Amino acid sequence: MLAYIIRRIIQSIIVLLAVGFVAFAMFNFVGDPVDNMLGQERTQADIERLREQLGLDKPFIVQYWHFLEQAAQGNFGLSYRQGRPVADIISERLPATLELAFVSGLLALFGGIALGIFTAIRRRGISANVIMTLSLIGVSLPTFLIGVILIYVFSVELGWLPSFGRGEVVDIGGWSTGFLTVSGLKAMVLPAITLGLYQMTLIMRLVRTEMLEVLRMDYIRFARARGLREKSINFRHALKNTLVPVITITGLQLGSIIAFAIITETVFQWPGVGLLFINAVQFVDIPIMAAYLMMISVMFVGINLIVDMLYFAIDPRLRVDRSSGGH
Amino acid sequence: MTTSSNSPNTSRLSRAWNSDLAWSFRQTPVAMVSAFVVSILILGAILAPLLAPYNPFDPATLNLMNGFTPPSQPNAFTGDVFVLGTDDQGRDVLSTILYGMRISLFVGFAAVFLAMLLGVTLGLMAGYIGGWVETIIMRIADIQLTFPSILVAMLIFGIAKGVTPPEYRDQMAIWVLILAIGLSDWVQFARVVRGATLVEKNKEYVQAARLIGRSQFSIMLRHILPNVLNPVLVIATISLALAIIAEATLSFLGVGAPPTKPSLGTLIRIGQEFMFSGEWWILFFPAATLLALALSINLLGDWLRDALNPRLR
Repeated sequence: MLAYIIRRIIQSIIVLLAVGFVAFAMFNFVGDPVDNMLGQERTQADIERLREQLGLDKPFIVQYWHFLEQAAQGNFGLSYRQGRPVADIISERLPATLELAFVSGLLALFGGIALGIFTAIRRRGISANVIMTLSLIGVSLPTFLIGVILIYVFSVELGWLPSFGRGEVVDIGGWSTGFLTVSGLKAMVLPAITLGLYQMTLIMRLVRTEMLEVLRMDYIRFARARGLREKSINFRHALKNTLVPVITITGLQLGSIIAFAIITETVFQWPGVGLLFINAVQFVDIPIMAAYLMMISVMFVGINLIVDMLYFAIDPRLRVDRSSGGH
Repeated sequence: MTTSSNSPNTSRLSRAWNSDLAWSFRQTPVAMVSAFVVSILILGAILAPLLAPYNPFDPATLNLMNGFTPPSQPNAFTGDVFVLGTDDQGRDVLSTILYGMRISLFVGFAAVFLAMLLGVTLGLMAGYIGGWVETIIMRIADIQLTFPSILVAMLIFGIAKGVTPPEYRDQMAIWVLILAIGLSDWVQFARVVRGATLVEKNKEYVQAARLIGRSQFSIMLRHILPNVLNPVLVIATISLALAIIAEATLSFLGVGAPPTKPSLGTLIRIGQEFMFSGEWWILFFPAATLLALALSINLLGDWLRDALNPRLR
């Protein structure tokens, strides 16, 4: 068990080092950083001085180490476009993205589990079949189209909900939250549905498949034979055993929620880090791209690690397999 | 029963018609409908210069007075009728869709081809050669798999944009898109091909080929490759739908096809601006085309997976 955890941690560190290398390479090979930082009127002496200041005259490996040191402290330099420290810009934008990801994650998890149970129990019912067909269309529908359709229906035609922005936000110790105002909550609805819908269909289909599998097992048949009520069989006996894979997939989906937030944030002009990133790609703002890449990989790798360990802790059958045979 | 297929006169065509795959195709209405829709759309894209009523990229044929003409209604000023209406600059929506599909499909096919070429090559090498070659290839695959492919594509697009000089960016955008989507999608192919190669390489025909002194390269290409192609075909189909959606997403976000060469995604991006003022057709028709294309390719891929999987028969 301990050996397994250590191996996973080492793997995670290797992944982060590799991503760090990509970010470092972006800084060094995409455009000349000295060129980007000095203005039009520069002398050869200016260039030399800045090269020395930035450590660009040092050997490659020393530069890489220096970059990692700076990155670990959250220092990615100045944005080429806004001229402010990247760390400041990102920390301003982060609360918006995290709140959006949190709400749509909850929506996907609870909506997905509820619908999954429903479609599994009423397998032959009409409403369950309708839901399954809709979910197939939902999987083929690109995220940005879902957003556009929702805006058309609820903002343009019905005029119920705002189509862009976060509404009013309240600042609590540097964390701007949209949860405390009516307009903030209203602005949250459409983006959260857009972002959560795909993950919800995914979780729903997973829960349904697992549930159908479990309901076929002998112990469920025995529970029926014992005369237990249908409700208690479905929820107390069957559901428990379907949740193990659901936890893993949900955990891994958390990462993609943050990534897909880029699309949702652009559709709704939501002022989060995703919109920041896409603007950085449009204007080739390397420091922001690199910082976003590092931030998101720390999140992904961290989530993967935690999910792996959770999985390991929940399902005792894995302990024997994994620690002996690797994977 | 099999006399017809044994006779020397049987053509290739009728043998294909009698194959298991074709039989399963004829038994599945969903597959037939999807194939019909996909072929119509692909034909429309290929024949766009012949089919499109107007050339939307020739400024000489454009008349700004024709802007915002609703579908199938005569324009208030000029009296011209456009089946699917026009956009703000008076471009015929049907024509822009036909030309836009060319770009969407071209990027989709080319990106999947690139991903397939890369994935199959690396997967074969990893599976057959093994050792440190395998370790390096599969570690890179693992690392890339940690990140959603759309994010990888955005990143590659951003880097490539930074490397190309500004004056070439619009021209290069299509090729950069292909590179970005292709590189973000090779892992699926590599993993499946590696798995299948590991199974195949211990079979007797491979040992026989090795005994008669065939080179490693020839064994991989001529003996193993034909036997691992079935799953590759399935993944390629599903990847095509994903690649078309990825292209549309990137173009919609403004990091893909430029407005001078609009793909379906760019058209949706343009149409979205007019959604609020009630010109719904500029958005609706490109979006419906994209959805029809992606959904029918997906359904075709689903059918292919079931039909080629012997366990499900």
